[in-house]
Amino acid sequence: MHSIFQKVCALFPDAVVGEARGELSIVVQREKVVPVCRFLHDDPTLDFDHITDVTAVDFPNEAPRFEVVYHFYSIEKRHRVRLKARVPEEDCHIDSICSIWRGANFLEREVYDMMGIVFNNHPDLRRILMTETYDEGFPLRKDFPVEGKGWRDTFDFMGT
Amino acid sequence: MEPLRTERLLDPSGPDHYGDDEGDVSSAPERKIKRVEDMLLNMGPQHPATHGVLRVVLDLEGETIVKATPHLGYLHRGVEKLCENSTYPQIIPLTDRLDYVCSMTNNYAYVRAVEKLLQVNPPLRAEYIRTIVAEMQRIAGHLFWLGTQALDIGAMTVFFYTFREREVLLDLFELLCGARLTMSYYRIGGVDRDMTPEIVERLYAFLATFPEKVREYNTLLETNRIWISRTKGIAVISAKDAINFGLTGPVLRGSGVNYDIRKVEPYGVYDRLSWVVPLGKNGDTYDRYWIRIEEMAQSASMIKQCLDQLPVGEIAADLPNITYPPREKVMNDMESLIHHFMIATRGFDVPAGEVYCATEVPKGELGFYIVSQGGNKPYRCRIRPPSFIHMGAFDHMARGYMIADIVTIFGTYDIVMGECDR
Repeated sequence: MHSIFQKVCALFPDAVVGEARGELSIVVQREKVVPVCRFLHDDPTLDFDHITDVTAVDFPNEAPRFEVVYHFYSIEKRHRVRLKARVPEEDCHIDSICSIWRGANFLEREVYDMMGIVFNNHPDLRRILMTETYDEGFPLRKDFPVEGKGWRDTFDFMGT
Repeated sequence: MEPLRTERLLDPSGPDHYGDDEGDVSSAPERKIKRVEDMLLNMGPQHPATHGVLRVVLDLEGETIVKATPHLGYLHRGVEKLCENSTYPQIIPLTDRLDYVCSMTNNYAYVRAVEKLLQVNPPLRAEYIRTIVAEMQRIAGHLFWLGTQALDIGAMTVFFYTFREREVLLDLFELLCGARLTMSYYRIGGVDRDMTPEIVERLYAFLATFPEKVREYNTLLETNRIWISRTKGIAVISAKDAINFGLTGPVLRGSGVNYDIRKVEPYGVYDRLSWVVPLGKNGDTYDRYWIRIEEMAQSASMIKQCLDQLPVGEIAADLPNITYPPREKVMNDMESLIHHFMIATRGFDVPAGEVYCATEVPKGELGFYIVSQGGNKPYRCRIRPPSFIHMGAFDHMARGYMIADIVTIFGTYDIVMGECDR
């Protein structure tokens, strides 16, 4: 077992770990995201000081529908890790990690904008790419049509 | 709506806030209290220095920036959503439209991610050509940055010089793949066309004079008092903050952090070349300018080494399900035409799995996180754009500087809104 996994599993026994194509992933419960992140950031042998990415994937046919995916990197130790947590549709909340990495601010705002996942304790949770008054839903959800939601139908085309 | 102006009286007990209007001080026995106006200034989205359609709302106290709030999304086209509905080869032209100043580096980042998912390795000649072209794009991108940044700060001449060299590179790209801006040259498992002897010859000729040209730009800027006073000590970010904000590329290396993906996770043929990663010390705009100048020199040296070592061989992997047949065959052979048509329209199936693949583009780390559930389309294609993440640190880096510096701070990230908003 990889040394990163050993450390994480020792402290968080219910974390599910896996390695595929040379990439390490850790799956945790959403309540554990902030403690795990705090540990990954603060532990001197792990030292994940660089936030690479925060994103989310929508699985409409699975029980907790959304999966929030974090990527971290350690500048000093030169290793990467992926952290995943599931969020159900009916209670679409997860804790923000802005207090650990300030770079998470914009990334979490984008996840909220595109997927509608609310980050608790986020300092400034607003839409970022869509307009602030946009009310047609969350564009990257799988049930959002790729051509938009009927907005084009309101255009007045000639000959139709 | 936020009010554009708020007026307030500063605390009269504070010693710093008493008015010192010349007329009043001598005549009035009691000094007057200064009235302060906080101003909210909207900048963009249509502004020549915002490099696209970026809007920033500035909170000003006098001429000092108290807070800068970027408003993004004016160029949002839903590329990630479109990727979910396109086959893997059809996404390559979409990635061109991310960072359109150096489109081929985006192609490179994307095809590497798909190749990692497919476990495919392109042949050696293709790897060399990819590295050469990626470094040519880096030079073209940095030349674009240098020209526009100098133009924004007020040194107009540099722009004409850098665009002269960029033009030479764009002509070579045109010769290589027929396009100058959105090139779509990389293919999954290889590249589109081979390098002709003419391109190699002209590239050698370009490289012979390029270091001299870089020195020429330096003579225009390095001793230019305005350039130095407008870049030194502007938009300073410490190494610790830069890492915490997730910055990458020259912006991170300007603060002295040694993180270049070409070095730490080598791809292409970067591990076969001898080159160094330039690092800054102060984390200010001048250091980032110096890094980009040095990177251009390093890239030129890398291209030269690649051309010297360029092996003969195939330019695409021998995988008929994934790579296109050679162009001559498509034009003359019915089966090859059908084969080409099938890959272009139906694509190919990719095994299920997920992959994150990071590539060093001129702006920083461009990552692709692809989730596949099998089939010919990605289930989720997340693009990790360096410019978007750099904008997250904009407020932090702009606070406390003067309003005249805001144009410098825009430029120092080398943002391209096509990539920022996707």
